[in-house]
Amino acid sequence: MQNQKDKVTASDVVIEKDKTTKEEKYNQYVKDITPTHNIFKNILNAFLVGGIICVIGQGFINLYASLGAGEELSASYGTLSLVLLSIVLTGLNIYPKIAKFGGAGTLVPITGFANSVAAPAVEFKKEGQVFGIGCKIFTIAGPVILYGILSSWVLGVIYYILMELGVV
Amino acid sequence: MDYLKAFLIGGAICAVVQILLDKTKLLPGRVMVILVCLGSLLGAIGIYEPFSKWAGAGATVPLTGFGNALFKGIKEALTEEGFIGLFKGGFTASAVGISAALIFSYIASLIFNPKMKE
Amino acid sequence: MEDQKITSIKMAGKQSILFANPPVILSGSSVVGKKEGEGPLGSFFDQIEEDPMFGGTSWEDAESRLMKRAAELSIEKSGYQQDEIRFIVGGDLLGQLIATSFGIADLEIPIFGVYGACSTMGESMALGAILVDGGYANKVLAVTSSHFAGAEKQFRFPLAYGNQRPLATSWTVTGSGAVIIGNGDLAAEVTSKNKKDAVVKIKGVTIGKIVDYGVKDTMNMGACMAPAAYTTISQNLKDLNVQPNYYDRIITGDLGNVGKEILIDLLKQDGYDISSNHMDCGIEIFDPNTQDTHSGGSGCGCSAVTFTGYVMQKLKRKEWKRVLFVPTGALHSTVSFNEGNPVPGIAHGIIVEAE
Repeated sequence: MQNQKDKVTASDVVIEKDKTTKEEKYNQYVKDITPTHNIFKNILNAFLVGGIICVIGQGFINLYASLGAGEELSASYGTLSLVLLSIVLTGLNIYPKIAKFGGAGTLVPITGFANSVAAPAVEFKKEGQVFGIGCKIFTIAGPVILYGILSSWVLGVIYYILMELGVV
Repeated sequence: MDYLKAFLIGGAICAVVQILLDKTKLLPGRVMVILVCLGSLLGAIGIYEPFSKWAGAGATVPLTGFGNALFKGIKEALTEEGFIGLFKGGFTASAVGISAALIFSYIASLIFNPKMKE
Repeated sequence: MEDQKITSIKMAGKQSILFANPPVILSGSSVVGKKEGEGPLGSFFDQIEEDPMFGGTSWEDAESRLMKRAAELSIEKSGYQQDEIRFIVGGDLLGQLIATSFGIADLEIPIFGVYGACSTMGESMALGAILVDGGYANKVLAVTSSHFAGAEKQFRFPLAYGNQRPLATSWTVTGSGAVIIGNGDLAAEVTSKNKKDAVVKIKGVTIGKIVDYGVKDTMNMGACMAPAAYTTISQNLKDLNVQPNYYDRIITGDLGNVGKEILIDLLKQDGYDISSNHMDCGIEIFDPNTQDTHSGGSGCGCSAVTFTGYVMQKLKRKEWKRVLFVPTGALHSTVSFNEGNPVPGIAHGIIVEAE
């Protein structure tokens, strides 16, 4: 149809009788009129905040290396430091404020993972040690752990087979 | 120089994910899962490890680095211990990150109370 | 008169009721949180509580205390005793209505717990008025509440979790509103107590259908609920055979800026132009420029406190003579969302008049 690129109007939605088409048209109409954040500003913020967090991470790694830790060890201490920093900032309610500005810049680094563990731990403490903190601590981070372990296991199986076959 | 690389590479990964968030309405939880799985895949096909050697924290701090570490752990355990390594390497490699997150978060739950958003 | 004929049988059109002896709103109370108090309607609310916990220990407890306070205040303001209230009709957003159950228990008044998501104030007031006009009760308390933190925790993320809220999202109002609905014959008593103010009556109601236009985006509730508001308002106008200017204001609950635009657009297709007399509680309650609330306020408390605080005053002072109050609700849960269902909407219309 030639009109497909045109905007869907409210009248298109109202006069449409077929339920599925009506829903599609309405969703398109909603999408057209719903305002969105300035995506370029968002991307820039994410770049800045994400970049800065990685620089802090690099700073930690370099610090521990200068103290005499080997490559692996200083990387581990770097992770440990970032996680601790993020959780303290979460407890002080500062991390969500940075996240509001930084978006993916705070979600993507390991600090985002730590925030997703700490936030429910604090929020659900009223529901008890076991069913509150114990269960809910994994509400957001659980899937990351599960699918991280699972996907690396699947890839590991493939690697193992190739190894046995003498390919790698 | 390593700081500049960390900033540019880490920032770039975050910027790409921001586009994903804004354009697809994917919830943050899903994005985190995607990143980890992607990292482990890129690790398995041998791309991520050389990349992170070069980019430093810019590649290891994002969750893709976490995924890469998972696969790296499995690969090392496989070479050293054979089959059982499949079930060991992942958690070994991610032990510090996960343990730290859980333990510090638990301590945080003792110290801090839920706060209202302003 | 056409009106009289309809009144005599109480049923009007397909979905509306016009009361034989329109019940009187004897009093209304509004208790809100700090942010709501700082908003443009702040001066209209009875109580503004600085403590987000309302003296409680959890967000759920806080909401219960909030609701209890609003309920007690409305009884106090009505000048009647607690044991003169025959029934309560009330509800909230928390799972299984725990804010209501734990908040209202101490009052020892028989209760109907109702759920209509954010449209609950409309449902409570409609049922309350029906009970009163039907002669089943002389005085009924209709109440509802919502709390930002409790709603975030249940429907979205823990509060300390870092995320960006899209521009179409709304901000759940921390607040509770309650009204005492009394028999129409009590109007004389109200007038004798306060000669200055007009008597506010519930003339009729239009009960809404569940309307689903297939929107799945829980970050854009206005778009989910606008079709329901459109259906109910359009039906109300048809049932009463009137034009939008019959009302001084048509007041929706929490459509926000996005939903308002859609509603006005949709109603135009039915030949109704409400652009000049439409008002949305969610838009009024916050200032998006200074309060960072994006599309507006939402939650059961949003329409409830705006009605009891702001709209009631306008009616009492006769600045408005007749309004259609249409609280809107989004009928979803985290389970239905995870299972891939859309978010259907509902809206109930309450015709309120000043005499």
